[in-house]
Amino acid sequence: MELSDSVVDYLRQVAGLPDLSGTRYELEREIGRGGLGVVYAARDQQLNRRVALKVFDFPMPQEAQLIAQLEHPAIVPIYEAGTLPDGRSFYAMKLVRGTRLDHYLARSPYLAERLRVIGRVAEAIAFAHARGVIHRDLKPQNVMVGEFGEVYVMDWGVDAVAGTPAFRAPESKLDRRSDIYALGILLRFVLPKPQPAALRAIALKAMMPDAGKRYQTVNEFLADIERFQEGLAVEAWTEPLWHRMRRFGSRNGVLLWLFGAYATVKFLLFFLRHL
Amino acid sequence: MSKIWVGLVFGLVLGAIDGATAWFTPEARPLIGGILVGSSIKGMIVGLLSGWFAVKVHSIKWGIAVGASLGLLFALLVALMQKNHYLEIMLPGFVLGGVIGFLTQRLGTPGVPQAIRPEAGRERMR
Repeated sequence: MELSDSVVDYLRQVAGLPDLSGTRYELEREIGRGGLGVVYAARDQQLNRRVALKVFDFPMPQEAQLIAQLEHPAIVPIYEAGTLPDGRSFYAMKLVRGTRLDHYLARSPYLAERLRVIGRVAEAIAFAHARGVIHRDLKPQNVMVGEFGEVYVMDWGVDAVAGTPAFRAPESKLDRRSDIYALGILLRFVLPKPQPAALRAIALKAMMPDAGKRYQTVNEFLADIERFQEGLAVEAWTEPLWHRMRRFGSRNGVLLWLFGAYATVKFLLFFLRHL
Repeated sequence: MSKIWVGLVFGLVLGAIDGATAWFTPEARPLIGGILVGSSIKGMIVGLLSGWFAVKVHSIKWGIAVGASLGLLFALLVALMQKNHYLEIMLPGFVLGGVIGFLTQRLGTPGVPQAIRPEAGRERMR
């Protein structure tokens, strides 16, 4: 008996689906596919809520346990991990409703909002680094912005992941500074045109090919962004005098206006007296 | 530095500078010493009150308004004592009061709010 192509395709698709029989989950649909596994939307029938199931074709990576211990508002919480009846390993996590960062930027958010998102991402990375976990594959597609503005960093990498070439640091052995490199590219990616020179300098410092010349911690990177947001000079950039004066003027506009008013009053009184 | 100290220091400095500008008025030159002292004291009083206000109310707009009003009020008192030069004393005093009000809002620490002081808590528990 010969099977039509469409039937063969259907059988291939069904055979690839995870076997959730005997589990508390009911499969809904595939929502993402990466180098390590496939992510499905599913319903947790016991708690009557939707979850995301990440299914691996190989034994559960050890790092998944580390990720499960990262309890942070910007890191998607893992609810459960285990093995499916078909032998594949999986973990269930919160199903994030939101928009991928690259799609979110298409709405042209303000610079402050873009920097807020980068700040949340960097905070999550700093938190993970403090617990010995490296993301390894930070890119806009792995950052989600929720409907209430919440930011999630997804797809925490494991050793098997080599990273996405455009966001991958040049060094062969990845470490925390490789995530800082990716943060620099992410920052440059979110900046609107024309890019503010100070922010471009921060991104370029984070993206230095020599890991030793980058920010050595995510907190240093974050601190420089915060300095920019507060109208202070950033460490990554030696600003020209005219820029320093403009920054001073924009930070102290009210004070300059008041002193200007005082000087005007004094001059007017002086000239009135000598009329 | 507390906001009250910011007010006192900037009031003193700006008051002294404002007083020193009297040097450009030839008829006031012989009195420059007294003007300097009086103007500095006036600035310090405006700074003290503006600093106290800045501890209570955190608003640049209101800080400037209150500082300018205080500057105008004390400049009026000085002008009334002089019975002369009302415009020359009151206008700069008004603007300088605004500057001091702004600086007390912008600089200095507001101090520990009463609600989180341990002794305040103990008092409430009695």
